[in-house]
Amino acid sequence: MIGNSAIRKEGRAKVLGRSRYTDDKTFRCVLHGATVRSDVPHGILKAIRFGEGIPWKEFTIVTAQDIPGENIVAAIVPDQPFLVPVGGEIHHAEEPVLLLAHPDKYLLEKARRAISLDVEELPATLDVASSDRVFKEINILHGDVDSIWAQAAHVVEADYRTEAQEHLYIEPNGMLAIVAHGDHQDQVTVCGSLQCPYYVHKALVHLFNLPGDKVRIIQMDTGGAFGGKEDYPSLIAGHAALLAWKAGKPVKLIYDREEDMAATTKRHPSRTHVKAAFDANGLLLGLDVDFTLDAGAYATLSSVVLSRGAIHAGGVYRCPNTRIHARAMATNTPPSGAFRGFGAPQSLFALERHMDVCAAKLGLDPAELRRRNFLKLGDTTATGQLLKEDVDLAGLMDRTLADIGYTEKRKLFAAANETDTPIKRGVGFSVFMHGCGFTGSGESYLASVAGVEGLADGRVAVLAASTEIGQGKDTVFSQIAAQALKIPMDMVEVAQPDTKVVPDSGPTVASRSTMVVGHLVEDAAYAFKQALIQQGFLTEPYAPEVFREAVKRSHARLGSMKCYAQYHNPPHIVWDDKTYQGDAYPTFSWACYAAEVAVDTVTYEVKVEDFVANQEVGRVINPVLAAGQIEGGVAQGIGWALWENVEWKHGRMANNQMTNYIIPTSMDLPRIRVGFLENPHPAGPSGAKGLGELPMDGPAPATLNALQNALGPLRLDEVPMTPERLMDRMEVARG
Amino acid sequence: MAEKILLRLTVNGEPRAVEVFPMARLVDVLREDLKLTGTKEGCGEGECGACTIRMDGRIVNSCLIPAIQAQGSVLLTVEGLATGEEPHALQSAFHHHNGAQCGFCTPGMLIAAEDLLRRCPNPDEAQIREGLSGNLCRCTGYVKIVDAVKAVAEGRPA
Amino acid sequence: MVVFNAGRSPFDRFLDLSRLSELQGIEEDATHVSFGALTTFRDMEDCPAVHRHLPNLVKSARATGALAIQNRGTLGGNIANASPAADTPPSLLAYGAELELVSSRGRRRVAYEGFHRGYKQMDLAPDELVARILVPKPQGLGFHFFRKVGTRQAQAISKVCLAAYARIEAGVVAEFRVGLGSVAPVPARARHAEAIIQGAALRALPVEAACTELLKDISPIDDIRSTAQYRARVAQNVLRQMLGELAAV
Ligand SMILES: Cc1cc2nc3c(=O)[nH]c(=O)nc-3n(C[C@H](O)[C@H](O)[C@H](O)COP(=O)(O)OP(=O)(O)OC[C@H]3O[C@@H](n4cnc5c(N)ncnc54)[C@H](O)[C@@H]3O)c2cc1C
Ligand code: FES
Ligand code: FES
Repeated sequence: MIGNSAIRKEGRAKVLGRSRYTDDKTFRCVLHGATVRSDVPHGILKAIRFGEGIPWKEFTIVTAQDIPGENIVAAIVPDQPFLVPVGGEIHHAEEPVLLLAHPDKYLLEKARRAISLDVEELPATLDVASSDRVFKEINILHGDVDSIWAQAAHVVEADYRTEAQEHLYIEPNGMLAIVAHGDHQDQVTVCGSLQCPYYVHKALVHLFNLPGDKVRIIQMDTGGAFGGKEDYPSLIAGHAALLAWKAGKPVKLIYDREEDMAATTKRHPSRTHVKAAFDANGLLLGLDVDFTLDAGAYATLSSVVLSRGAIHAGGVYRCPNTRIHARAMATNTPPSGAFRGFGAPQSLFALERHMDVCAAKLGLDPAELRRRNFLKLGDTTATGQLLKEDVDLAGLMDRTLADIGYTEKRKLFAAANETDTPIKRGVGFSVFMHGCGFTGSGESYLASVAGVEGLADGRVAVLAASTEIGQGKDTVFSQIAAQALKIPMDMVEVAQPDTKVVPDSGPTVASRSTMVVGHLVEDAAYAFKQALIQQGFLTEPYAPEVFREAVKRSHARLGSMKCYAQYHNPPHIVWDDKTYQGDAYPTFSWACYAAEVAVDTVTYEVKVEDFVANQEVGRVINPVLAAGQIEGGVAQGIGWALWENVEWKHGRMANNQMTNYIIPTSMDLPRIRVGFLENPHPAGPSGAKGLGELPMDGPAPATLNALQNALGPLRLDEVPMTPERLMDRMEVARG
Repeated sequence: MAEKILLRLTVNGEPRAVEVFPMARLVDVLREDLKLTGTKEGCGEGECGACTIRMDGRIVNSCLIPAIQAQGSVLLTVEGLATGEEPHALQSAFHHHNGAQCGFCTPGMLIAAEDLLRRCPNPDEAQIREGLSGNLCRCTGYVKIVDAVKAVAEGRPA
Repeated sequence: MVVFNAGRSPFDRFLDLSRLSELQGIEEDATHVSFGALTTFRDMEDCPAVHRHLPNLVKSARATGALAIQNRGTLGGNIANASPAADTPPSLLAYGAELELVSSRGRRRVAYEGFHRGYKQMDLAPDELVARILVPKPQGLGFHFFRKVGTRQAQAISKVCLAAYARIEAGVVAEFRVGLGSVAPVPARARHAEAIIQGAALRALPVEAACTELLKDISPIDDIRSTAQYRARVAQNVLRQMLGELAAV
């Protein structure tokens, strides 16, 4: 069962067009909601004006004054209001100020445009370089880096930057809220497109000042997320619920594409300075990294994004002296948020580009320089984590280079590029890791719970708040439970994430669903089986039909039986949040990605013509679903490397349309060739590790390293390396 | 605002009639008036292809079509691909090859793929990629989608 | 078509042309291929006469949006939408197309070059329609070139678009027109660059001089899609590429 490419559980409904996404659900009396936003990046809200010619009496109108509980989104740092009150400070240009609802969508849009705001503008910080407000700062120290510069044979330093990236899930954000007014307390129910039901739950408990059981959050089928439906949905759910609460009717708040792109979170832009010292043999002696993230107007998840970015900044290399200084800075742009990879793609881009730059300086092939410095069993990382796995990075790299034909192609292309052909080709690669699960003490702090329940018809249900967002969680959980219970997958149901039904298994982020929650599902399944045996319903060995009968009998006799498992930190994992030393992650996934590119020097367009993505992610529970994750992540990574550019104007996204924000079509990508090297790790169920975010880390440096190979010395220090930027760099190089 | 009109259509083989505003978008007519929510809206500007349907033999973006221009037309949506409970070969192939991850692009992608195979029954990979290039997918990197279409063209959907 | 989304269109009334038969159909006679304004991009792609005589128009059509757009969008709409980034106008300019305009006052025929007067401004009265687009059939030995530069391979809006047509007589460029998109407030002819090439021998085309002159024909801008600098440089590069291919005929 495990290691088997079982077919996607909810796939049939999806291909038949029967899945129910948020906007597919409706009620006859439903109102449509709209959000009025601030427009200016920084200022004091003085007044709200309602224009002429709109029947305002027909509208439900909500402002900050109406909020029954706390006007603050409960998150890691509670600093973001649901609605800016009159007299309050506006921190970015897309801040919600007022909410409207009406049965007629068209009139609603007219009304939204008829509202104007009086704002006293204040100076805005739009560039992270001019920000002096720090949300979070991290220092990782290992050895004494300053002692090394003088004695090093080579010291190479450079700056790198990455820009914001929009998730562009194809289903825009949306929520449907229903509020039942009770005698004593209201009951708030919100169904929506989201990744983390319990984040939304916590936010609404505070917003309405209600006990937990009076707030119910249900995940509808969700059309893509990638981190983009992690924290922002708390705001949208709050808004929809406030409108429904005031109107006494269900309210649907569905963002259109322009609003979704402009207002919701993006990948943090980054600036990285890397300084590396090598001895005469090309051994890394010291690494000094200064890493800055543009967090936007509120702290949201920036501290954790920063933390992952900082821990990954040292990459896969052994280095006796390392200093990583990382900061998340405030600016007056919409808050940056979680996006697949969570800070690691940014810092790994800088480091893996820098390794190629260093190789050129040292006169070594990039593969050779890396080979001399790879981490091995028994080495320690920058945070002092001892590697207890026998990781074979050189083997992973060699296989990838063989798969793409690195050596032959480098020769072949070098000769062809000498001719006057307008198309220049190159190959490049990156080697990287991704920490699985939450950073440091994150998992033990969460103490997630998952369960297994016996159903009346003899099947079992998996109970977890982990959401299916296209990654195949429903299928993988079924496989894990089925394997543990020795029953076929169709005897396992996966409960819809509904806070009334499922326990808090933590957010669906950080590639933790399979490794961490999957393990809890496995434990809960074993506990369930044990309970059946202990209570005399089942004896081992048994056939699936016998199991089914046992569950039926237990249900008839005792009612629904549920067994839960809770996460406990394994005793060997030690982490210190103050010094940033210890076991940053229970384990890492490892990878080497290689790209072959063709640059058209007429138009400066880059085409990725071949791509190999090889990784070691422990035991692969479902190879077809896993390959799908890798392919999708690589596509996003290539998009980020070459095209996906957010154009800012006065602190707002100016190209907030699918026509003007360029993600790849089927014609822009090669067939992505995915390979898995298995090395079972005990952290996950049957040795699985995380793999959802890993594929975002490698493509950008691999692609730009290939570009470097195609074009020779050139300042390739930024993504996206759009044709416009590439032209600038080439003209500068030409002089 | 204008008066409503009586819009007569043939949708998935069945005659339908609904009263709608002449400038109502066809995607809304399908989803809200005809309760065919399989067709999705991802952008409302003709860019993502999630709302792709077949209209009088050609694929179109239903978010760009005013109801009045659909008067009397014959439409096919994702709900019309299957025969009863028997999925269309493309639906089986998408299911078996993991061509649908989040599934939001899938209805439009299936209609575009069906159109491609009718125009070009034995497409090579480049032709498949061109045929689907009006349908954006953010989850799959397109590999499994291309594989599913190829499998159907080669007569082995599952 | 995009403007009629939720409440954004300033108009309450629309004129639906889609069923007017006089605006439909592709016709071919001895000297011209003529297109009803309602001809879709797909109709052009499917028409053998267009493939034979006006290959640049087929390429323009195939480069417009993706298939679902090509199935609906019309040539008349592409012209009257008056976007400087539209992809059929460069080909129409390169082929020396004319327009037939109709109103209740009658018909008139105008050269397409000069129809666009300024950004989104046309030689079109408020009550006038574009009825037909007439394209002279190239005669003799012809060279056709079309290249669109968008950021991606499909569903892209042009950042630079260049179409060219040359008639070659005895190794000399006897007739030469270049149409450009996205590098000026309107679709533009490259009159200065053309003048350098017109009459030149294929074996000795003054390529670099033409590329330099091209800068007088264009006035690109910075916008959310690209930069003025990129547009100018790439227009020159594509012109150079085109002239290289022309020289090799
Ligand atoms: C997703 C998308 C991608 C696109 N990509 C491209 C592209 O790559 N390249 C490109 O060139 N275009 C592109 N377009 C633009 C579009 O293809 C053209 O604008 C299209 O040709 C318009 O045709 P239509 O019949 O839909 O015109 P409409 O949208 O119906 O009309 C456009 C304008 O022209 C007027 N008009 C239409 N017909 C006439 C007539 N006969 N006489 C006078 N006025 C008239 C209308 O009143 C309106 O103002 C794209 C559009 C979309 C939605
Ligand atoms: S919703 Fe119609 S193309 Fe995106
Ligand atoms: S499967 Fe999610 S967008 Fe295609």
